[in-house]
Amino acid sequence: MGLEKKNGVSKSGAGKPNLSVQIGGLKLKNPVMTASGTFGYGEEYAEFIDLNRLGAIVVKGLSPLPRQGNPVPRIIETPSGMLNAIGLQNIGVRAFISEKMPFLRQFNTPVIVNFFGDNVCEFEQAAEELSSTNGIHGLEMNISCPNKQAGWSVFGTDPKIMNEVVTAVRKKTNLPLIVKLSPNVTSIATMAKVAEDSGADAISLINTLTGMVIDVRSRKPVLANKIGGLSGPAVRPIAVRMVWEACRAVKIPVIGLGGIMETDDALEFIIAGASGIQIGTANFINPLATIQIIEGIENFMIDEGIGDINELIGSIRA
Amino acid sequence: MLEAAKGYDPLLKRPLSIFRYNDGIIQFLYRIRGKGTKCISELRKDDVVQLLGPLGNCYPQPSGDFIVLAGGIGIASVFSLFEKYPGRAYVYCGSRNCEELLMLEDIKRLAKEVCVTTDDGSVCRAGLITEPFREFIESAAFSNNPLPIYACGPNPMLQVLSTIISDKKLECHVSLEEVMACGVGACLGCVCKTKSGYSRICKEGPVFKIEDIVWD
Repeated sequence: MGLEKKNGVSKSGAGKPNLSVQIGGLKLKNPVMTASGTFGYGEEYAEFIDLNRLGAIVVKGLSPLPRQGNPVPRIIETPSGMLNAIGLQNIGVRAFISEKMPFLRQFNTPVIVNFFGDNVCEFEQAAEELSSTNGIHGLEMNISCPNKQAGWSVFGTDPKIMNEVVTAVRKKTNLPLIVKLSPNVTSIATMAKVAEDSGADAISLINTLTGMVIDVRSRKPVLANKIGGLSGPAVRPIAVRMVWEACRAVKIPVIGLGGIMETDDALEFIIAGASGIQIGTANFINPLATIQIIEGIENFMIDEGIGDINELIGSIRA
Repeated sequence: MLEAAKGYDPLLKRPLSIFRYNDGIIQFLYRIRGKGTKCISELRKDDVVQLLGPLGNCYPQPSGDFIVLAGGIGIASVFSLFEKYPGRAYVYCGSRNCEELLMLEDIKRLAKEVCVTTDDGSVCRAGLITEPFREFIESAAFSNNPLPIYACGPNPMLQVLSTIISDKKLECHVSLEEVMACGVGACLGCVCKTKSGYSRICKEGPVFKIEDIVWD
């Protein structure tokens, strides 16, 4: 007996491990998704990777009407990370449905549409239009955008406002609803619970951390928007901690993201309790990152003799 | 997009235009401006780097003689035009000082005519390159025989260029620069303002018709 065998999976690779996960009624062939805003509408990366291999495609955030976005500079590199203030530039829900969905429907991969609004009404409107579109499998709410009805405070940092907007959207859609949490809060567990109680089928976290870079010679902020969202490997330990805390606070599935560059990074989130993970900034540096991580997770499971990824999810040891 | 370093600091690849391509060898000419270009400058023979490219569009092929306006390191983007079409370019090349005046001997060899300025007058004519360029564009000789223009350099130079040629119906293409994260059109970081809204420099550009650009 030269081969180690646990749970029916051998090191020789005979009997592939099961990577499929269930996220709020959505069955994914593997837990690896793209993070909104880092993968365009899918087309941008189709020349590099086979989109059929992804667990899900999460597209760039959409609002009911198109948005121009912020002036430049929109991005600045930071130590092991980047700060961005794109300003939610997007083509709008209608143009997305007519111009981008025909392309995305060709693939055997669920499409999850990230969306946002300036006020509750816009959130409802976007959710309704997207829900009646063929080929959209799930919605992800970006609640880290400013609430223009209430003095530009951010929806996702106030439990009451978050409850109001998630409850409203929940009534407008039967699709799996993922709420993407902002990390710019005092208690991520509280916000996770609010999302669950308001009707979310799953939560994803973390969105970017608010940051700032100043040019000391001109004494001006580098970004035209002054502040931006920090992403990349620099934020990963914060993201892992927050995912771990959120997993302990809710029963709904949690999707982990924040600075995942390689397989081991993804595994940290899964072991912390995430049923799915999203790859964001890594796509910019390595367009093959998603596929390499899918393969890496599978190889890890074979090496560790794990037959089903569900055995790995939340398997953190004290 | 050229990898700056292994590991994650610096994190992003650097957007560099291809300076020369010959027999399977790609050459880059760049200014060391920050951490990323410094790392690239420290690469040694036989080091392996990742390259994502070529990306974006390029200058249209000139059918006859043409004019090139290059400011500073912008010369890297237009140089291959001289090599591909020797003896056809009227070159206007400006730089801060003589140390930063690159490839001058090659430019002189390949161009039809060359005009060089340095900001500090350390070599050639003192001042900005847009001045002798303006004189040429406004000359009777040029008016009788207008030529297409290709330009790359700092935005203030390109802005002056757009004013100089604004009332003349000239074919003019400019190559723009901006901080980029992905290079493939996904991050929307490197946009420029055009008459039809923001365009991605990495995808719809970097070369644009000057009349399409809206300058701030």
